[in-house]
Amino acid sequence: MSADTPPVRDVDAAIREALSPRPQPKPAGVVTAVLTFAWRALLKIKHMPEQLFDVVVTPIMFTVLFTYLFGGALAGSTDAYLQFLLPGILVQSVVFTSVYSGLTLNTDISKGIYDRFRSLPVWSLSPVLGTMAGDVIRYTVSSVIVFLIGFAMGYRAEAGIVGIVAVILLLDLFAAGLSWVFTTLALLVRTPSTVMTLGWMVLMPLTFASNVFVDPATMPPWLQTIVAYNPVALLVTAARAILDGAPAAGPVMAALIAPVVVTAVFGPVTMMLYRRER
Amino acid sequence: MTTPSSPAVETHGLTKTFGDKRAVDGVDLHIRRGSIFGLLGPNGAGKTTTVRLLATLLRPSAGTARVLGHDVTAEPHLVRRRVSLTGQFASVDEDLTGRENLVLLARLLGFAGRAARARADELLAAFDLADAAGRQVRTYSGGMRRRLDIAASLISTPDLLFLDEPTTGLDPRSRGRVWDIVRLLVDGGATVLLTTQYLEEADQLCERIAVIDHGRVIAEGTSAELKASVGRGVLHVRLADPLVRPAALRFLAGHLGEPVHAADDPAGLTAQLSDPARAASAVAALASSGFRLSDFSLGQPSLDEVFFALTGHPAETAADNGEGRG
Repeated sequence: MSADTPPVRDVDAAIREALSPRPQPKPAGVVTAVLTFAWRALLKIKHMPEQLFDVVVTPIMFTVLFTYLFGGALAGSTDAYLQFLLPGILVQSVVFTSVYSGLTLNTDISKGIYDRFRSLPVWSLSPVLGTMAGDVIRYTVSSVIVFLIGFAMGYRAEAGIVGIVAVILLLDLFAAGLSWVFTTLALLVRTPSTVMTLGWMVLMPLTFASNVFVDPATMPPWLQTIVAYNPVALLVTAARAILDGAPAAGPVMAALIAPVVVTAVFGPVTMMLYRRER
Repeated sequence: MTTPSSPAVETHGLTKTFGDKRAVDGVDLHIRRGSIFGLLGPNGAGKTTTVRLLATLLRPSAGTARVLGHDVTAEPHLVRRRVSLTGQFASVDEDLTGRENLVLLARLLGFAGRAARARADELLAAFDLADAAGRQVRTYSGGMRRRLDIAASLISTPDLLFLDEPTTGLDPRSRGRVWDIVRLLVDGGATVLLTTQYLEEADQLCERIAVIDHGRVIAEGTSAELKASVGRGVLHVRLADPLVRPAALRFLAGHLGEPVHAADDPAGLTAQLSDPARAASAVAALASSGFRLSDFSLGQPSLDEVFFALTGHPAETAADNGEGRG
């Protein structure tokens, strides 16, 4: 502790020794740098597991509440509704989690650590990609939690473990693609809470004007049209097809259009904004 | 490669504008290798912007800057390999432990797993942080955080270290410790460019000092040269009765034949002295002329007094400080 400092001369010798010239390694390459920043994201989860609280609790709350609240009225029984609802809740949970990449980025930039990262001799975007890679852990945790609560309530995945893993991978891809929107947002607004608010304003309509909770057949035609093109709805359709063991290639392709387009557009925008002087 | 003979920093007409504001306005610097150079100025003077330009975080709007022989615009990656920056605000991750912070940076700088951990532990021990290594940085005191911050800049033993206000907000003991570390660094052959608001700090550490105001260098020289232009000491007196201050000011200026000005304190007066020995006679003269004093002291000129002497106006600590970020 600083309160009982050893005699100054010893410390001085230690500092001299620590600063003595020695061969310097070559700075980390792109892959090492990105992985190192992903490790940083994991350390943050380790030190602040409460960060995962809403990733865990929100899906549980939604699954339990909606199943028992609407199940009987919407699908005749809570069991039947759970079969329909679970893939939807899965998508909703993971999609909401994708805002986190933006939050982390915005927090870093508002602190001095951003200058430190930028003055390092590593590829300048590795902090962004590393953060996004670390966030895949969140998406996966969120998915696993929803499946666990689903199984506890009686959900059956016809496609078995292979289908479950395939859906989790699909969701990871979709959320990672979507998160470029929020990293862009994070570089344009001042505070993390603004990123959060704007993120919710984008995600609320996307998840509710969809087939997450109900079959769109009873919706007015204009809303049905929106749902038909809503990327979140397309993802839910693909997830249901995979988990039901139905032919899924077409729906999966349709679901991946949005993340690919978002990445192509917002990826470069994020990079440009991140490199901008500030 | 750098030529060893090239100066650590050499700028000509270095300029950075943000919109209409010229944050750095035609700065010429020449910093010798192996020296400690100080940029002295109030908030918003352009110190941080200058450092950020030299550390390649900003691109100059005009002028040139060479750092360790490399042009900051043409070869920023070469500059980045040889310099380290310790920013004004802690540039470490508060959520991680001290050790994790150093291991993270060591890995980015190319140390492999075991070597990264060894380097982190070596620095933690040297900077007296070994016992706190496993604690999150948010639990550190200001002095510990600063030491970690500086240690983080020294993982790859840079040739040039930028320290932006390294002791602002530290208690005197921690400040002294940071000064010791800076001196040891330079003993080891590094060059240090530090910014400060304290003349005393520049005086203690720096071989040469540039005083910067509104983005311009308004004076440059050794500490002794600067102080010669300001007076070698400053006498502060505090009157028992603030109402007699104008009369006391005229009396003191007449008695000393040197500049005297009113301090922020409504009962205070500040006099520049070319000969500090005259302080005692000035205090005695004031008292014998009926000006009752509640306090007096002889000190070094503060940044304010340097500014007053050099510019004729007090240092403005502007709120809109054009430092690039708020």
